[in-house]
Amino acid sequence: MNLKVWEGNRRKNLGDLFDIKVESEGVKDEIELHIIGDLRKVRMIGAEMTGGAIIIHGDVGMHLGEGMTGGSIIVQGDVDSWAGCMMKGGKIEIHGSVGDYLAAPYRGSRRGMTGGSIIVHGDVGNEAGCYMRGGTIKIHGDAGEFAGIHMQGGEILIMGNSHGRPGASMVKGKIAICGHVSSVLPTFTIEDLREKVKICGERIEGQFYLFEGDHAEGGSGRLYISRDRNPQLRSYERYL
Amino acid sequence: MPLLIRNGCVYDPLNGIDGEVMDIIVDGGKIVEEAHGGETKVIDASGMLVMPGGIDIHAHIAGSEVNAGRLLRPEDHAVDFEAKTRVTRSGVGRSIPSTFTTGYRYARMGYTMLCNPSMPPLEARHTHEELDDTPIVDKATYPLLGDWWFTLEYLSRDEIEECAAHVAWMISATKGYAIKIVNPGGIEAWGYGRNVKDLDDPVPNFNVTPREIIRGLCRINILLDLPHTIHVHTNRLGQPGNYATTIETMDCVRDLAEKDEPIIHITHCQFSAFKGDDWTTLRSGAEEISKYVNRSRHVTLDMGQVVFTDTTTMTADGPWQYTLYELSGNKWINHDVETETGSGIVPFRYRRKSYVHAVMWSIGLELALLIDDPWRIYLTTDHPNGAPFTTYPRIISWLMSAEAREKTLKRINSKAACRSLLPSIDREYTFSEIAIITRAGQAGALGLKWKGHLGVGADADIAIYNIDPKRIDPSKDYMEVRRAFMNAAYTIKSGEIVAVNGRIVKSSMGRTIWVDAEKSPRIDAELHRRAHEDLKRKFREYWTVEFENYMIQEDYLHSSMRMTPGGDKRSNTQ
Repeated sequence: MNLKVWEGNRRKNLGDLFDIKVESEGVKDEIELHIIGDLRKVRMIGAEMTGGAIIIHGDVGMHLGEGMTGGSIIVQGDVDSWAGCMMKGGKIEIHGSVGDYLAAPYRGSRRGMTGGSIIVHGDVGNEAGCYMRGGTIKIHGDAGEFAGIHMQGGEILIMGNSHGRPGASMVKGKIAICGHVSSVLPTFTIEDLREKVKICGERIEGQFYLFEGDHAEGGSGRLYISRDRNPQLRSYERYL
Repeated sequence: MPLLIRNGCVYDPLNGIDGEVMDIIVDGGKIVEEAHGGETKVIDASGMLVMPGGIDIHAHIAGSEVNAGRLLRPEDHAVDFEAKTRVTRSGVGRSIPSTFTTGYRYARMGYTMLCNPSMPPLEARHTHEELDDTPIVDKATYPLLGDWWFTLEYLSRDEIEECAAHVAWMISATKGYAIKIVNPGGIEAWGYGRNVKDLDDPVPNFNVTPREIIRGLCRINILLDLPHTIHVHTNRLGQPGNYATTIETMDCVRDLAEKDEPIIHITHCQFSAFKGDDWTTLRSGAEEISKYVNRSRHVTLDMGQVVFTDTTTMTADGPWQYTLYELSGNKWINHDVETETGSGIVPFRYRRKSYVHAVMWSIGLELALLIDDPWRIYLTTDHPNGAPFTTYPRIISWLMSAEAREKTLKRINSKAACRSLLPSIDREYTFSEIAIITRAGQAGALGLKWKGHLGVGADADIAIYNIDPKRIDPSKDYMEVRRAFMNAAYTIKSGEIVAVNGRIVKSSMGRTIWVDAEKSPRIDAELHRRAHEDLKRKFREYWTVEFENYMIQEDYLHSSMRMTPGGDKRSNTQ
């Protein structure tokens, strides 16, 4: 009730901004928190959380679940940029779409997501999984440009299309794209044609090109791209 | 308002006061025998430690290099920020705090005077603008003169007096304080992707060697009678086996010492005390260096201690920064400053479990503990190269307690811990020695006779720490020591209380101290005229800036304090 929060540059009590209803007393780390309302300008919900669950009914602002180490967040709406940034553990499930820099570190930093999992049922913006080191991201919709940029580990599965330049500057880790990608960066080389991909704990059937890169960074990241959806990449097959 | 500091346990090594309980009276920004008129504010310092205000002889706090570092590291700001208060302004930055925050944080630790050690002369205006925005503390800055084309040119012809006239002009024009030499010859060579191998490796395109540069500038420093000695960042800094070069550097000016006074300052010596052939065989060269220093009178050093933390390295030594970039793979900045110097910036994390970093940590402390005379080694981290200055209290606790060192030794890389000399050293610094390496000694090295002590007539820059030296045993209660030095109970700057228990209560403006070297009696009018003519001509040919626009007018500084070289420096007391 008297928890201090910032509104603009003023300190307020949480109770001044929200109606708070406690249904039952619970053990710490097993608390379930429901947040209802227009939260598009509310930032840092679930930052540094260690356990329990947050269920959000509506859209949410930036920095959702920043640096969280455990517990889960479920959002029944859209989320702004920097969701799950620098996440270390736990789970975020978003039923809508997400802005840019999903799971990315702050500007200048190289410490991206190291663990946990993120599931997005809609689309994501640019630079999802920037400097990712561990954990998994599953995107059911489309991904913007530079998905998995600077990736150093972990896995990203994109069920929809990629808007370009997936895996730029990646050195390690795995990205799979089931939809359309207009082109692959020239610093990637084709290695193989696979019949299936195992990623994010799933097994996805269908033919996939396996690319390795980014050689501009001396990297050995793996980029899987669906063969069926990308006939424009057929020319790579002569190098196999 | 006059101040009376009552019953403090005073450590004032320059006046031979070692833990005496006494009163100190302050009036008109000075320490006085008795106050004249007015109501006196009394600070009860019983059970507290009273020292002169701290002095940092080497901390990169302002200028283009520091600011480029700030631009390079937004992530350094995100982790550390301070909101504004009624008195202070807001600020960000852990390893490279913004200017205002730098001033506040130093003041909280009881520091009242800082020296910004590497100013490319061309960037002097920027540096002074930032120094003017660094509140509370007094400031001085050293222009980089070791790789300036004119220095190289005149020294290659061994024209010391001509060169001295140029150097004097440059110090006066940039409102500098001392001659800073960084990797002499090496920065110029870096312009061609090279470095100098040792003291006798000639600089490309200039028929001069690093040895001649150091000796030449040392002679010029003596000739001009500047308050500080030459301030040298050695050749081969950061390369295994460089301790020999460092000893050679100190030795190459030995014969120039006329009096029993230091004539060369080797800065952040830890980075220049590596033994071994490569990174895997790296050892500490602290023993050899301290042996040399213990039997010579002409050298002073500062530590350049490393603390295990995330920081930003920045120096004018381009080739060394390139090596760091290659080692770390981090983002970096490389820069060349016209005819004058260069620079590089690389973010860096010192890790406990890294063999090399752990050895470096050990070397810094070994140097401080093996050099017998605390008057000739000063506490620095080469902020932010070894660690941010906010780690000073930790370093003090290591110096004062073998137990604290032992505890850290257990947590570092085991191979480095085995090879460290620290377990064999029992020495523990006393409070008096701490006062020397953090204030009194530095004031002496800088030739600031009205600072670093609490005698009558000295500047009323005083730090009061909430720790009772009579009650506490620093070798056991080192955490207590660390806590006390982190936040001074009172910091008094120019007779005003500026910080209380780590809270800034008044944000005053310090002065910028500079040396008007051109007024040296050793430069006659004719020499003066010739140097000016030569400079004007060369400005047309070489620089992107006009001669007239290059110089910084005295009234450009927020609060200028001019010193003239030579003579009794105490007479400069304002």
